[in-house]
Amino acid sequence: MRSSTVDQITEFAIAAFLWALRIVVVLVVVVGSFLTLSSGRYAWETWSSLIVSGLTNGSVYALIALGYTMVYGILRMINFAHGEIFMGGAFAGYFVGTMFASIGLLSQGPLVVLFAVAVMIVVAAAFSTLLALLVERIAYRPLRNAPRLVPLISAIGASYFLQYTFRGVFGAGIYVYPDVAVLGQRVPIDFLRLRWVDVLVVVAAVVMMTGLYLFVMRTRMGTAIRAVSEDKSTAELMGIDVNRAIVTTFAVGAAMAGAAGVLYALLFDQVFFFTGFVPGIKAFTAAVLGGIGNVPGAMLGGLFLGQVESVGPTLFLDGLNVPAPNQLKDVIAFTLLVLVLVFRPSGILGERVTGQRA
Amino acid sequence: MTNQAVAPVAPDAPVAPAAAVDWRRVVRIGLLGGVVALYVCLVGMVEVFQPRALVTGIITLGQTTMVLVGVGAAYLTIRGQSMDRAGAAAAGALAGAVAGIFPAVLVVIMEVVNLRAMFLHASPGTSAVLTLGLGAAGAWVPIVALTVVGAATGLLLTARADIQRPATAALVALLLAGLFAGLLRPPLLASSVTAGIGRLLFASDGLTIAGAVIAFIAVVGGRIAMRRVSLRSRVAALSPERQRAARPFGLIALILLVVWLPHGVGPFFAQVVAVVVLYILMGFGLNITLGLAGLLDLGFVAFFAVGAYTVGLLTSTAEYGIALWPFWAAVPFAVLLAMAFGAFFGLPILGIRGDYLAIATLGFGEIIRILAGSNLLLPLLGGPRGIINIPKPIEVPPDHLLAGPIQIYYLGLVFALVVAFVAIRLRDSRLGRAWLAIREDEDVAEALGVNLVQTKLLAYMLGAAFAGLGGAVFAGLLGSIFASSFPLFVSINVAALIIVGGMGSIPGVVVGAIFLIGVPELFREFSEYRYLFYGLALIAMMLFRPEGLLPSRIVQRELHVPEPDANGDANLDAIDQDARLSPGATG
Amino acid sequence: MALLVAEHVTKRFGGLNAVRALDFTIDESSIVSVIGPNGAGKTTFFNCIAGFYHPEEGRITFDGAPIHGLRRDQIAHLGIARTYQNIRLFAKMTAIENILVGQHFRLHGTWIGAVLNTAGVRAEEVTSHDEARRLLRFVGLAGKGDVLADKLPYGDQRRLEIARALATQPKLLLLDEPTAGMNPAETAQMTAFIRSLRDDLGTTILLIEHQMRVVMGISERIAVLDYGEKIAEGTAREIQTNPRVIEAYLGKGGAADVAGQDQGGIDVTPPSGS
Repeated sequence: MRSSTVDQITEFAIAAFLWALRIVVVLVVVVGSFLTLSSGRYAWETWSSLIVSGLTNGSVYALIALGYTMVYGILRMINFAHGEIFMGGAFAGYFVGTMFASIGLLSQGPLVVLFAVAVMIVVAAAFSTLLALLVERIAYRPLRNAPRLVPLISAIGASYFLQYTFRGVFGAGIYVYPDVAVLGQRVPIDFLRLRWVDVLVVVAAVVMMTGLYLFVMRTRMGTAIRAVSEDKSTAELMGIDVNRAIVTTFAVGAAMAGAAGVLYALLFDQVFFFTGFVPGIKAFTAAVLGGIGNVPGAMLGGLFLGQVESVGPTLFLDGLNVPAPNQLKDVIAFTLLVLVLVFRPSGILGERVTGQRA
Repeated sequence: MTNQAVAPVAPDAPVAPAAAVDWRRVVRIGLLGGVVALYVCLVGMVEVFQPRALVTGIITLGQTTMVLVGVGAAYLTIRGQSMDRAGAAAAGALAGAVAGIFPAVLVVIMEVVNLRAMFLHASPGTSAVLTLGLGAAGAWVPIVALTVVGAATGLLLTARADIQRPATAALVALLLAGLFAGLLRPPLLASSVTAGIGRLLFASDGLTIAGAVIAFIAVVGGRIAMRRVSLRSRVAALSPERQRAARPFGLIALILLVVWLPHGVGPFFAQVVAVVVLYILMGFGLNITLGLAGLLDLGFVAFFAVGAYTVGLLTSTAEYGIALWPFWAAVPFAVLLAMAFGAFFGLPILGIRGDYLAIATLGFGEIIRILAGSNLLLPLLGGPRGIINIPKPIEVPPDHLLAGPIQIYYLGLVFALVVAFVAIRLRDSRLGRAWLAIREDEDVAEALGVNLVQTKLLAYMLGAAFAGLGGAVFAGLLGSIFASSFPLFVSINVAALIIVGGMGSIPGVVVGAIFLIGVPELFREFSEYRYLFYGLALIAMMLFRPEGLLPSRIVQRELHVPEPDANGDANLDAIDQDARLSPGATG
Repeated sequence: MALLVAEHVTKRFGGLNAVRALDFTIDESSIVSVIGPNGAGKTTFFNCIAGFYHPEEGRITFDGAPIHGLRRDQIAHLGIARTYQNIRLFAKMTAIENILVGQHFRLHGTWIGAVLNTAGVRAEEVTSHDEARRLLRFVGLAGKGDVLADKLPYGDQRRLEIARALATQPKLLLLDEPTAGMNPAETAQMTAFIRSLRDDLGTTILLIEHQMRVVMGISERIAVLDYGEKIAEGTAREIQTNPRVIEAYLGKGGAADVAGQDQGGIDVTPPSGS
C-alpha cells in the first residue's frame, strides 16, 4: 500500500530526529561545560552565587509548583490563574511589611525580624487562599465535569481578570519591598556567597514542603485528597466528601504560593501586577518535570529547574561562545521541559495521575 | 442560573397574582451588588471613567458605572420572579439601597483613614463621584442614588410590554452610543455631508444632550414602527421560494459591507479591522489543528513568527534583508517554511497526549520567541531591534484607495477565504473524519487503522502553514517586526477566540475574532480595564455558553454540559455514558 | 491452517500476572471462544492480540508474521479488528461516519485531493458511502446511517460496532462480550449473526462470552482461562465435563454437586431454533 512508504519515512524521521536531539543535548551539555570550566573564566564566587540563586529560585518555584501539581492531580486541570495567586501573596506581604517597617519592626534584631517575616508569610498565605477559593467557587466549580478545554479557558480568563484587578486596585507601578537590613547581610561563612535572606528562603521552603508532605501522607484529609486524585468516583462511593477535598487542595496549594510570593519579593525586593506570569509558567514547568500530581516530584522539579536555569546558561553556553547566555535562560528551561515531555513524559519521579490507559 | 427573561406584562393579558417578595433574597442580591460596587470603586473604574462623559453635561461615565451596578442588582432581584409593579419597585429600591451602603461606608472610612497607601483609588476623586462632589457629608448620596435607580429599574422592567421594550432598547442604545462616541464621531465628521450631524449628535467625548434626546426618540420610534410593520414576521410569512430569492440580496449586502468597511471607519480603525482579519485568518488555521483535530497548540505564535520573519528577511531593504524579493514571491516561502517548522516540531511531540502537548507546544513558542530576539541570532534576525523596512505588498501613493492597512485588510480577507475553503473541504473528507475520530477516542481510531502520528502531524503542519501565512501578511502590515511581537498572549488569544466563537465552526471564528480582538480595540480608551473585561468575558462564556457563540453542529453536541447539582457534581444521568449504555437502560 | 498462534504469552501489571504463559492457536475460518470467571485475563489477552498491551514474554504470530509489539494501526492493517466490552463508538459521529472511519486505511484519497475535489476523491467517497450503507444493511441497521451513534438503542450500538470493525475487512475479528446486556431474543439474533459472519464472509472469530448458550452453541473450540492461565481447551462437550473448569466456575463444592447430577457437567441446552 502506498501509505506504508510514508509510514516508514515518518517512523525513520522520528527515530532519527529523537536520536539527533539526544546527541545534540549531550554534546551541548558536556562540551559546553568542559569548555567553560577549563577556560577558568569564572571564579568560585561566581559559581557559588549562581548555585545559591538556583537554590533560592528553585525553592520558590517548588512552592508554587506544589499548587499546580496538586490541582492537576485532583482535577486534571491546569490552573492558569495560579501565578496570580502567587502574586497576590506578594502584594499582601508588601502591605504588612510596609506597615511593620513604619513602626520600626524591621530594623530590630534577628528574632523580631523573623517573627515579622513569619507574620507576613501567614497573612500572604491567608490572602492567597482566600483569592484561590473565590476563583475556584466562581470560575472552576461549575465546570468540574466539562471537557478539559473549558476550564482551561476559564482559568485563562481568571488569570487576566486577577492581573488587571490588581493593576486597577494597586496601580501599575512597582512596589519596592521595605529594606530589611538583617536579611541583606552576608552569612559569615567565607567560601559561600550567601545572604541571610537566601537561608531564610530555603529553610522556609523546606519547612513548608515538609509540612505539606506530612499533611498529604499522614492526615485523613491528605489521604482523602490522594484518593480523589486517583479515582474520584470510587472515593465518593467510599464516603469521601469530594468537594471538601478539592477545596482543601486549592487552599493548601494557594497557601504555599502565597508564602512563595513573600519569599520571592524578599529576594528580588519588588513586586508589580505582572509579577506572577513568568514564575507561574516556570513553576508549571517544574511540576511537569517532577511528575505532575506528584508532591515530592514538584519539589524536586522546582529545585532542579532553579539550578538548571541559574547555572545552565553560564555552564553550558558560555564555553560555546554564545553571546549573552543569560538571555537564553528561559530557552534552557523550556528545552528541559520539552525534553522531559518527549523522553519521559511522566516526569522525573513519575506522575500520579492514573486511570487514563486504554 | 436559568435564562428566563424578565416577563413584561402584555397590555391586555390578565395580571398574574403577584408572588410574595422574598426579601431575604433581595437583600442578598443587594449585598452582592454592594461588593461589586466596592470592587468597581477600588479597582478605579469610577475614578478613571469620570472625565469621560456619557452624555456631555448630564452624566459621566464614572457615574454611569455606579448606575449600572444599581440597575444590575435590581434586575437580578426581579428576573424570573413574578411581581407586581409596586413590589418590583420596592425590591429594586431595597437592592439598590443595600448596594449603596457599601460605597457610602467607603466614603466615610476614607474620610477617617487614609486608604490610599494601599488602594490607589480610594481617593478624593472616587469620593467626589460617589457623593456628587459633596465629600464625606454626602455619604448618603450613593445610598439614595442607588435606591432611586433600583426603583426605577423595577418600574421599567414591569411596565407594559409596548412601553418597556422600546424604552429599554433606547436606553441600551444610548449607553452604547455614548460609549462608542469616539468611534462613531470621526467618520461622521470626515465627510462634509454628515459633519453637521456628527457635531449635533456627539461632543468630543460623549453624546450631546441633543444627541441623547434624538437617539432616544429615534430608537423608541423605530421600535414602535418595527412592531407596526413587524418586519420579521413579514419575512417569515414569505413563501420559501421568495425567501431563497431574497438570500442573494442579503449576501450581496454583506459582501458590500465587508468591502466598504475599512474605508468607512477611518484610518485608525482600518488598522484595527486589518488586525481582526489577520486573527480571523489565524483562527481558521488553528481551527484545523484544534477545532478539527483537537490538538491544543499553545505555541501557534511560533509559526506566525516564522512566516513573518521569512517575509521580513526576504523582502526587507534594510540591513538584515537578504534577498530584496517582492512580497508575493516571499509569501509561498513563508508558508512552506512554517510548514517545515511544523513538521520539525510536530514529529517528536505528537506522541505526547493531551494537556502535555499543550505545554510542549507552549514551550516551543516561547523558545522561538526568545531565540528570535536573542543576541545569539542577532546577526541573522536583528535581535531586539528586529527587521525593519519591510515593504508593503503593493506600493501605492499615500492617498490611494489601497493605501496602508487597507490593502492588508483585503489581502488578509482573500487569504482567510482560501484557508476557510480548505478547512471546509478537509472537514468533510476522509482526513477530517479521521481527525474527528481521533478527538473522540484516539485509541479506538488507531485500532481501526488510523496512523495517529501522521494524521496529527498533517493537522499540525496545516495549522502551521496558515499561521505562517498570517505572519507573512502581518509583516506587510507593520513594515517591521520584532521578537516582542510574538508573545504567548497571541497563541492564547487565537485559541480563546476559536473556543469563544465556537470551535470547529467557520462563522464562529469570525464572531470570536470580532469579540475578542475587535471589541477590546474599540475600548482602547479604557485600556487598563480592557483585559479585565476580557478575562471576565472568557469566564462568563465558559460558564454560560461553553460551546461558543456560533458552534458547529458537532461541538454543540460535545460541549454543552448539563448543569451540575449543588455539590458541583454533574448530573450523572445526563453525562454518564455507561449509564446510558447499561443493559436495559434504553429501548 | 493456523491463523493466529500465541506462544507462552505473559502480561504482567506490577506484581500481578494477568495472563501467564498462554499458548493458543486459532485456525482460519473458525469460531473460537475464550471463557472464564471474571478477572481471568480474557480481555487482557484480547488487548495483547490487538496491540493495546504489549506482552512481557511470549510471541504472537498472525498469518505467519509476528505481531506482538506492533502498533495498533499496524495490527489493523494486517487484518485484525475488535469490538469492546464497554461499547466505544465515536459517540458524536453518525452511524455511517463511524463505519467510514473503519474504512479509513482502505481508502486512498489524499488531503490535497480532498481540497481540490478531484474526480478520484469524489468517486471514492461515493463508493465508500455505498459500502458503508451495505454494511449497515448487513448488520440490520439499514436506514439508520444518519443517526448519532450515542442516540442508537443499545443493541443497535453493538451491531454498529461490529459493522465498523467489519469495515476494516479483517481476517480475524475479536468480539468482546457481544451479547452483554441482551435479552434471550436479541442474544439468539446476535449468535446467528456471528455465525453468518464466518459462514458468509469467511472471517475467523475469537469470542469472549459469559453466556454459555452462545459459547456452547457456536464455538468450535473453547479455551478456559482462570487467574491468567489456560486450564482447559477443547470442544463444547469436553469443556462441559472438565472437572477443573467446573471447579473454576463453581468452586470445589460445586464440582462435587455437579458430579452427582444426571447430566454431569454444566447445563447448557442449545438455544431453541438454532
